[in-house]
Amino acid sequence: MTEASMPAPSAPRQRVSLTAPDARTQKRKAAEARFRMYGVAGIATGIFFLIVLLVSIVGSGTGAFQQTFLNVSVYLDPAKLDKNGNRDPADIRKVSTFGYTPLIQDALLKQVQDNGIETPLEKRGDMKAMISASAAAQVRDVVIDNPDLIGETVDFRILASSRVDGYLKDRVKREDVARDKNIDAEHLDLVDALIPLGVVKKTFNMDFITGADASESRAEAAGIGVSMIGSFFMMLVVLVLALPIGVAASIYLEEFAPKNRITDLIEVNIANLAAVPSIVFGILGLSVFIQFMHLPQSAPLVGGMVLTLMTLPTIIISTRASLKAVPPSIRDAALGVGASKMQSVFHHVLPLAAPGILTGTIIGLAQALGETAPLLLIGMVGFIASNAPDSIASGLLDPNSAMPAQIYEWAKRADPAYYERAWGGIIILLIFLITMNTIAVILRRRFERRW
Amino acid sequence: MPLLWLTIVVLALSAAGFILGRQRALASAGGNSRMLHSLPIYYGSNAFMKSVVPAIGLMLIWLLVQPLVIENRIAEMIPASEVPEGSNIGLLMSEVRRTADGLNNAVVAGVLDEETASNARADFTDMTQRLKDAGQVVTNRITQPVLRAAQAYREMSASSNMLMTIAVLIVALLGTGWGVMQSGRDFRARNVVEQGILAILIAAASVAILTTVGIILSLIFNTVEFFRLYPAVDFFTLLEWAPSFSGRGGASSLGILPLLWGTIYISIVALIVAVPIGLYSAIYLSEYASPRVRGIAKPMLEILAGIPTIVYGLFALLTIGPLLMSVFGDNGVGWMGGGRSVMTAGIAMGIMLIPFVSSLSDDIINAVPQSLRDGSYGLGATRSETIRQVVLPAALPGIVGAILLAASRAIGETMIVVLGAGAAARLSLNPFEAMTTVTAKIVSQLTGDSDFASPEALVAFALGITLFVLTLGLNVFALYIVRKYREQYE
Repeated sequence: MTEASMPAPSAPRQRVSLTAPDARTQKRKAAEARFRMYGVAGIATGIFFLIVLLVSIVGSGTGAFQQTFLNVSVYLDPAKLDKNGNRDPADIRKVSTFGYTPLIQDALLKQVQDNGIETPLEKRGDMKAMISASAAAQVRDVVIDNPDLIGETVDFRILASSRVDGYLKDRVKREDVARDKNIDAEHLDLVDALIPLGVVKKTFNMDFITGADASESRAEAAGIGVSMIGSFFMMLVVLVLALPIGVAASIYLEEFAPKNRITDLIEVNIANLAAVPSIVFGILGLSVFIQFMHLPQSAPLVGGMVLTLMTLPTIIISTRASLKAVPPSIRDAALGVGASKMQSVFHHVLPLAAPGILTGTIIGLAQALGETAPLLLIGMVGFIASNAPDSIASGLLDPNSAMPAQIYEWAKRADPAYYERAWGGIIILLIFLITMNTIAVILRRRFERRW
Repeated sequence: MPLLWLTIVVLALSAAGFILGRQRALASAGGNSRMLHSLPIYYGSNAFMKSVVPAIGLMLIWLLVQPLVIENRIAEMIPASEVPEGSNIGLLMSEVRRTADGLNNAVVAGVLDEETASNARADFTDMTQRLKDAGQVVTNRITQPVLRAAQAYREMSASSNMLMTIAVLIVALLGTGWGVMQSGRDFRARNVVEQGILAILIAAASVAILTTVGIILSLIFNTVEFFRLYPAVDFFTLLEWAPSFSGRGGASSLGILPLLWGTIYISIVALIVAVPIGLYSAIYLSEYASPRVRGIAKPMLEILAGIPTIVYGLFALLTIGPLLMSVFGDNGVGWMGGGRSVMTAGIAMGIMLIPFVSSLSDDIINAVPQSLRDGSYGLGATRSETIRQVVLPAALPGIVGAILLAASRAIGETMIVVLGAGAAARLSLNPFEAMTTVTAKIVSQLTGDSDFASPEALVAFALGITLFVLTLGLNVFALYIVRKYREQYE
């Protein structure tokens, strides 16, 4: 087999310019361009999904930060609210919200008629569909605090019903109203007429950020504030438990542990725990903390402990990385001037690794803040906390919810008005996460030392 | 809050020990700290440690063991005939606990005096009413034995608390005394303190082991309990998942296969979305992208990884579901019956996994030695040819490992499937039908008010152990592959 035996090209090659690529080169170049395109397409799709996600969060969630209110002047009828006429707080307390509802409805009806709006809705009961069910409680609270107001006409800013709110936010459409038993087209006409008068008004909704969850039928009154406090206490528990335990474990594994079987076992354990599905930690929390140790259900303390176990691997892994980044010369120098091993670690290595440890801890906390699944199992959903806790102990031990669990609870409810709340809750959650991650990035940029 | 006070007293004792120990050591050296073996602070710390650690440790152990012991003894007191039909001793015990708490709170609130609360012959109908008046949550019928048991429970808890306080204080005092007595100029305080710190570090490191042990034990115990009530063969082979909610026992069929099928199907859809996108992104980022593009695109993709899963769940339920419905629903092709389906959850999960696949593959592709690429370029290959024929084959085991890790994440994912996949367990091939997964069923069986002794609730632990074994197996295998591959080029 020699070169000579190779068949000579049968036909003389077509004469082409050397600079013009031949068919095969063109094909290869096209394949190259195509392959590159796939890569660009992959990234573009990823970023496209991110944008769609963010747009749908912001687009659907901003509505929750606005709320429709009705500005009405309610005549607080002494005949109804204080039958004995002695302004005794105990008597006033006895009047339930049922006593206040007609007064508010009257007030709104009067407002409508005084302004000469033509509407077929002429009865007091017709106003019910426009007013939130929590309006009466709102007025009642004011009256109980100031019994002197009885007998006067007071201006209130009360919540509109969720349908009216939805109409102003384009969630409730006119064509759907025919099938809705909670509101009629006439109500919407009335709302249209009341908007220019300033009676119906959409404003910023502080109650969503500070308030408590509300029952299923009162989406307009629900807020995320109390569950935010629940999340805060959980994060406190996670910080207090996970940071010292995580740092101590990392110091041992990185600086002191002899290379033996037990150390290997611990390391393999930590690597595997980092990959255990979060729901399994929920099962652990349920059976160990609640069934076995009888800790209170739905308590932020228990939630925090479960999340601690879940975040520990993250914190340990990042702490070990930052301990490892401290050069051995630091340790050697400390040992050389007579420090003990323990002193060299605690006085020199640990302070130098602190920014990295802090960054890892913040990222671990952010991860814990967004975690939902384990909280479902230890009962941090379905519970409506109506007030904020009044002390640290009750904040830790009283049943509460957490932000992601609250969002899940809203997403499960049938009323579409709650979907808006869920998206709004996600905006708040993401603001927290973005803040925490930004702090972590700044810390890293600012203090990270390259050796 | 007596516990808090006890802790404060113990801390105060130890602080006193710290000061005394330090002073005693200094005094023994005639006030000249250079004559001491260790710095003065170590003598103080030694005394502090010897007081706090045993005392607080004893307190914690006591608090853990006390309820177990008391409950065992109370449970013996309640005659078997008192356990109502369809209930068990566990439920009755929680009632006893509730009643005891109610009595305690009522005494604190001043509604009951201590005498009536602990008097065993108190009229129990009256007691129920009085507890209710005191605003305590009690069941409608506190029976005589339950009330007796509750009173005994209170009594034992109180005396046990008393004992604990005394024991803890004695231990703290002894520890302080010991630590202070040891302090002298020749005592090697630093070595002792450092040994103590090392022990604390070791204890912290073993929390990881304890967690694993806790997970395994809680899963195994409850699973064994479940298999006692429900045949294991049925659990693993039945093709039907239909828990009964009203009746207990035989009426449910709890077969895991439909759930496993749903889990795997959704994970496959997720991987079909995530793997091509993630892999091509990783290839572009590591082989083509300029540092600037990489600096922008990589963090943007990684934002996707930082978004909590509840957000993806909501996105699936409220955005992807309706979108798919408008194309494949009744107004479109007609394959889809509702917004929740395998596709809905799968796509959302796929988006979640993109950064996972891309950053893992990115690392692995970057780990392929440059010499391989240079060799390929030297032979005249284009970039894409180099990537396809040299880099990817070299990185293949690592990439497979990354995909397996992603699969394990997909299998264990909960919130997306709870919100997006539906609740009906089905064995079907149509990806537009609602199916459910192992994780979603764990949530649904353990939330709500079913009692923990019924097979319908206990099955969640059997599902949990299946999930645990499955994800653990995938992880160990994937990590093994990745590690082995890394060593190949190091």
